[in-house]
Amino acid sequence: MICFENATKKYGKEFALKNMNLKIEKGKIYGLVGANGSGKSTTLKMIAGLVRPNSGKVLVMGMPANRKIAENVSYLTELDMFYEGFTIRQMIEYTASQFLDFRIKKAEKLIEFMNLDFSKKIKNLSKGNRGRLKLVLSLSRDVPILLLDEPFSGLDPMVRESIVKSLLTFLDFDKQTVVITTHEIAEIEPILDEIIVLNNGQFIAQHTVDQLREEQGQSVLEWMKENLNREDLEKV
Amino acid sequence: MTADFEASRPIYIQIVYKILLQIARHERSAGEKLPSVREMAISLGVNPNTIQRTYGELERMQVVETKRGQGTFITENRAVLDAMVKKLQRETIDLFVANMKELGISEDKMVDELKKYLMKKEGGI
Repeated sequence: MICFENATKKYGKEFALKNMNLKIEKGKIYGLVGANGSGKSTTLKMIAGLVRPNSGKVLVMGMPANRKIAENVSYLTELDMFYEGFTIRQMIEYTASQFLDFRIKKAEKLIEFMNLDFSKKIKNLSKGNRGRLKLVLSLSRDVPILLLDEPFSGLDPMVRESIVKSLLTFLDFDKQTVVITTHEIAEIEPILDEIIVLNNGQFIAQHTVDQLREEQGQSVLEWMKENLNREDLEKV
Repeated sequence: MTADFEASRPIYIQIVYKILLQIARHERSAGEKLPSVREMAISLGVNPNTIQRTYGELERMQVVETKRGQGTFITENRAVLDAMVKKLQRETIDLFVANMKELGISEDKMVDELKKYLMKKEGGI
């Protein structure tokens, strides 16, 4: 589904991503984890075709990822990308006008599921409700690949829970592949199939969540604490 | 989130155990239909693939049966369910006895202590 072959990205002299090799399969939920600056967002932007590698390849559904890939990829950014003066209804209609695969019916169901009010103006929404609306907009697209960059950041536990539930309720698990970056790993671990760990722009490991528990008797968080520290030590 | 899981065991196994306990307590009975994979995933806040593995494991244990196009049902075979409940009891007792032995307590003393403990409980202390 998604394949990185020795992909490297530099900003000036700094490596954002170094010789990245990665395989992502269809129909699974992946957690992309690592400290700030580990290359998580760059990885997502490359899958979305927003950033091209300096060397190596990024293939999405067999094609090199470029701007055309946006047809197949729904990308939820860390940033707010709303028109403040729009109501929720107008924001949905606007998004539907930009993406042919946007399903208004699904968006309406999601808005109700999240207890949002169609007539409310974006500028009057709380931070939590802005977070919910972002998810509604990206989940409403009928696309094979969903990229969620820090969907939980700065949101309270109630909002985080409603986001997790709506993912479980509205994802099409037979067709859709999801990659989520997050610092709230403990919270979303139960919904993940696999985790991919990055550190300093490099690929560290990829594991199925149950494999860690079965073979090492550890949750993802425990495993990371033990293994990432060791990795850091080796570098010093 | 909705359900808490221990770190040391796979999540799907923990859900298997949860369902076995529900059967033992008669919260779920023979022949009853289990929620669909998706429903169960949403209510527990876990990945549907995890529930798929849970149901697969229960099926392997012959505790549930999957009927094509209808869903997953707890077996009607009470002998299988009774044996499963007996096995759970047995494992719990094994663990208790092993722990008490580690504390250096003889079998007679174990029985005495257990009786005393249960009597006190009934007395409301």
